[in-house]
Amino acid sequence: MAQATTAPVQDTHGHDTHGHHDEGWFKKYFWSTDHKMIAKQYLWTSIFMAVVGGLMAYVFRMQLAFPGIEVPGFGLVSPGEYNALITNHGSIMIFWVAMPMLIAAWGNFLIPLMIGADDMVFPRINRLSFQIFLISAILILASLFVQGGGFGGAWTSYPPLSANPEYNLTGLGASIWLIAVALEFVAFLLGGINFIVTLMNSRAPGMKAYDIPVTVWMIVIASILFMLSVGPLIAGAIMLLFDQTLNTGFYDPARGGDPILWQHLFWFFGHPEVYVVLLPAIGFVIDIIATFARKKLFGYKIMVYTAVATAVLSFFVWAHHQFIAGIDPRMANVFTVTTLLISVPIAELLFVIIATLYGGSIKFTTPMLWALSFVATFLIGGVTGIFLGASGSDIYLHDTYFVLAHFHYTFFPIAIIGGFAAFTYWFPKMFGTMLDETLGKIHFWGTVIPFQFIFIPLFALGLGGQHRRIYNFQNFPELASMQPLRVTATLALIVMILFQLVFFWNLFRSLRSKEKAPMNPWKANTLEWTTPSPPPHGNWPPDQMPKVYRGPYEYSVPDRDTDYWPQNEPS
Amino acid sequence: MFERLAIQASSFAGDIDGLILLIAVLVGFWFIVAEGMFFWLIWRFRERPDQKSQYITGKEKHLKRWVTIPHALVLVCDVFIIIGAVRVWYDVKQHLPEPDTVIRVEGQQWAWVFQHPGPDNELDTGDDIWTTDDLYVEVDRTYHFRLSSRDVLHNFSVPAFRLKQDAVPGRTITGWFHATSTGTYDIQCAEICGIGHGVMAGRINIQDAETHASWMSENATTTAAQ
Repeated sequence: MAQATTAPVQDTHGHDTHGHHDEGWFKKYFWSTDHKMIAKQYLWTSIFMAVVGGLMAYVFRMQLAFPGIEVPGFGLVSPGEYNALITNHGSIMIFWVAMPMLIAAWGNFLIPLMIGADDMVFPRINRLSFQIFLISAILILASLFVQGGGFGGAWTSYPPLSANPEYNLTGLGASIWLIAVALEFVAFLLGGINFIVTLMNSRAPGMKAYDIPVTVWMIVIASILFMLSVGPLIAGAIMLLFDQTLNTGFYDPARGGDPILWQHLFWFFGHPEVYVVLLPAIGFVIDIIATFARKKLFGYKIMVYTAVATAVLSFFVWAHHQFIAGIDPRMANVFTVTTLLISVPIAELLFVIIATLYGGSIKFTTPMLWALSFVATFLIGGVTGIFLGASGSDIYLHDTYFVLAHFHYTFFPIAIIGGFAAFTYWFPKMFGTMLDETLGKIHFWGTVIPFQFIFIPLFALGLGGQHRRIYNFQNFPELASMQPLRVTATLALIVMILFQLVFFWNLFRSLRSKEKAPMNPWKANTLEWTTPSPPPHGNWPPDQMPKVYRGPYEYSVPDRDTDYWPQNEPS
Repeated sequence: MFERLAIQASSFAGDIDGLILLIAVLVGFWFIVAEGMFFWLIWRFRERPDQKSQYITGKEKHLKRWVTIPHALVLVCDVFIIIGAVRVWYDVKQHLPEPDTVIRVEGQQWAWVFQHPGPDNELDTGDDIWTTDDLYVEVDRTYHFRLSSRDVLHNFSVPAFRLKQDAVPGRTITGWFHATSTGTYDIQCAEICGIGHGVMAGRINIQDAETHASWMSENATTTAAQ
């Protein structure tokens, strides 16, 4: 670490094109300090984890729709396995899919390319970040197979259930789960520090603060947000680990501890975490919409300011997860106010994106379809959040399927729709070939339409009073009759999973394709499109490092022959 | 399928439903406006041979209005929702009316234990009635419940009442309800509490005064005899 910080980047890394291509397979794929390779490592790991998380959802949705069935490919689901599946589905989708995909993979790939740098400032810290992340991913998967099975106390891991093996019956699984999560945080702290420092120090000559593409702004704001919010939770996680393994009593009321302390530490991180993953996705969407609407952004500065405002406000809303947890009821009023206020900057971000479409010339490419569907879908997630942020209505809706449907309507657009938007948009740059548009569109419609059929029934179930994390709703007379909705959701999920095969087929075809992608297939302005696809080691040939002359969104400028104006083109 | 949605069995169920409706109207309006605008713009400005993209920075005052006016209106809607939410919250959780009867509710892995005061209406006396998973209350009476937990977090949830409260070990949390119609309704545990979380189902039996009195005298006698 010291070496990377003291030695100039060029020395530790090297950009002469000779002598860097004879490295062995292991060195190239597992020991690389090249930000593009690390980005791919994060990307493949997160795609693999998404498949795991998705198949977990298939298993527990089958159990819910057809209780007691032998789930094809899995078998009977026991209550303990059910709890482990829902817990790890949530943990994996947030910590091992959304974060590595949106922040680590695309942050690593895009930040140096978009700001015209040859690599990250700390390439070795970057490598260490991925290695720690990989260990954490292996640990979380391994935790499912230890004695007693995987941890089943929900991704929020509330003590005393999570703290005491006598209560959760999965002592080893719970501890490994916790260690895996803590290691994942360490990996992202390292990565985030790297992002922030790189943006501050390595911008191309001429790139001023407001010439930075919004994607980079968003990823870096998210990294800062993560850095500032995760500290208390790491401390909390260590206390919880001590409670589990050393028999301390930080969260045990019988020994002077307090279980609600964990909830504060967890949600102090947990709510900003929502924005940690949201902001990068919004960044991708904004960049993609500007490119395919051939439009300058409507209010670039408003976007950056509202993103910062959202980030700041997000530190003051955490207890809306705890309205009915036994906190002082007067506190709920304060957190209702802050929570509803955060709707203002988020609404403004969406207004600005919508306004950008005005006067455009919209091309419906696959990445554009994903980006537009992000806005349409995320709006549903946004407005349903108001019901939960308002303390009075949360009394009824808390911990029902309404909550579950609400946050899937935010996290699915963020992680899956945003992830596919970025993937289809930057794929040519990353891999040097084009994806097939027809297959891409089949996959798009086959994903977003079933998605609505999974979660709209779950909203209805939540309004009907169905509570979460229940193995078999037939035990509740009032809920049993709503079974058709559960079956609908499960069948829609199966359809959606099957359509993912189209994506993998498309991916496989393109990776094997011999047809090279052009340097700038979408006619976009940002710097990553000014270097060959895929970019060489060092991103640009050493004598051709880009200089920046204008902002990233100068599309359709009057009196020009082309409707785009790359940032590096002298005027 | 949704017959349950119509049941409002407590005095505040209507207030909570009213608040949900208020929010639905306000955010529904914004939702329809935003989605409508969004899809109209997508349709209107789709790529066409006769249409060139325009250069609009959004810096001019008359353009900024397109964002600042909705911004102010969203804020106004937020204020209405906050007022509604705080009022309902105050009535349900913050300001507890004087009780006619006090009961105890204890959660444990994986059952509910209820302590009824019995005919003398005093807790911790000889005629207290203890039950598991079945709570018996009288209609049109204000109850306070003292909620606690023996082991992990649980949540005392009665959807027909629109009532929910976490049970926390080491604390006793007091809440209230006032049943308005007789019948038997689900009691859920709405906070994950281990592998038996899904079977931690109870029932609240709301009886008219006469039935409740006879239930009490029957059970109080049996307990006293033991």
